[in-house]
Amino acid sequence: MSETVHIESTINGRDCAFEVAANHTLLDVLRDQLGLTGTKECCVVGECGACTVLVDDVNHYACSMLTHSVRGRAVLTVEGLQDANGALHPIQQAFIDELAPQCGYCTPGQIMSAVALLKENADPTRDEVRHALSGNLCRCGAYDHYLNAVLRAAADMRNAGQIA
Amino acid sequence: MKVFSYERPESLDEAIQVLAASGSDVEILAGGTDLVIAMRDRHSQPKVVVDIKRVAELSPSLIWDGNTVTLSATATMSEVVGDEGINTHFPALVEAAVVVGSVQIRNRATVVGNICNGSPAADTAPPLLAYDALVVVAGPDGIRRIGIDDFIVGPGKTDLHEGELAIAIELSAPSRLVGSAYERMTRRRGTDLASVTLCATVDDAGVTQIAYGSVGPRAWLKKDESGILADPSASDEAKAAVLEGIFADASPSVRSLRASPDYRRAMLRVLGARAVGRAIERLQELQGVS
Repeated sequence: MSETVHIESTINGRDCAFEVAANHTLLDVLRDQLGLTGTKECCVVGECGACTVLVDDVNHYACSMLTHSVRGRAVLTVEGLQDANGALHPIQQAFIDELAPQCGYCTPGQIMSAVALLKENADPTRDEVRHALSGNLCRCGAYDHYLNAVLRAAADMRNAGQIA
Repeated sequence: MKVFSYERPESLDEAIQVLAASGSDVEILAGGTDLVIAMRDRHSQPKVVVDIKRVAELSPSLIWDGNTVTLSATATMSEVVGDEGINTHFPALVEAAVVVGSVQIRNRATVVGNICNGSPAADTAPPLLAYDALVVVAGPDGIRRIGIDDFIVGPGKTDLHEGELAIAIELSAPSRLVGSAYERMTRRRGTDLASVTLCATVDDAGVTQIAYGSVGPRAWLKKDESGILADPSASDEAKAAVLEGIFADASPSVRSLRASPDYRRAMLRVLGARAVGRAIERLQELQGVS
């Protein structure tokens, strides 16, 4: 029985191998061990969504997963969204264009849930976006702006042939 | 979070051996949406955590065999919500699974874990009770199947013994036509724990089953064989009288912050009538097309 665990995962497209303490969550490791602080620590009880990341294209709360759960899996955080030339992901750009964030703390989580949605549904209705982002709280109450941004991103990505 | 040993068995035999070697100070990890939070808050401080997600026998997570579906201990709420057969035969389970937590919770939380966690407010407990689900338990002496009404014991308590592991829940589509519906009451829309949970099933022989939770130490399963609840032409007063008897075991806590006992009892009656009404409508739809 061991108290540290060897993990091999793909983090933002790069194969990574690292040792983690058995009791560290994915959120702990992303932020404190890998320096990926775009994933926010907030409620830490699986209610607010600020720590949302994608694991094999599905959105999860990093605060309530042990890091072992991503062994052999592909993790995507907000840092992994920009392309090789450093250009923002269309969803990030749409969030800027729609002036979606207010304080910005929940924004990475909102964006990651939007990424998960648009991978599955290229042409969501406003209600479908609302449902997809319902696990991400925004205490500024900027929800309508987020919905505008996701719908704009979906249209932009469809027009650019990036999703269908 | 306290330090613990992490075990990840790859077969059921290995899982049973690990549990046997770990004694009582062990927690089983599937989705972890309750356990990881409880460990972080130090409500739970196991010496050993047994992660069952890679146990070969627990994949695939959903298996249909004739009219029976097996939800393995790795089947998530999202998988249940997305399964066509479960939507057809067990719509009230889908209605319950789709309101558990949030999208991210449902992508991770398992139905078996929802039952093993033993919360009186577990959303999937009433539909699983009303559909007469079986819990499949593996242990050192082999496999046993137990009716879910006997498996659920009380807050945080199930009929799982030391060294045992709940590996699946089985649901069999009944031979009779059955209409069913799930209702819950929360303080607000969106992510919230339920103040009242209730599922009704009505079959074409006039038998109604009602399971209700979050108003006592566990969810209760009750049966009405008088035919009154199932009768679309019975008066609201006649049905209300039957429902009073069915709800006799409700004992909502006075200490709960979510709702007062009086309010929960009042809402139990409302949700009971509503769920029975919707279950009858669904039964009539089935009878119309059969």
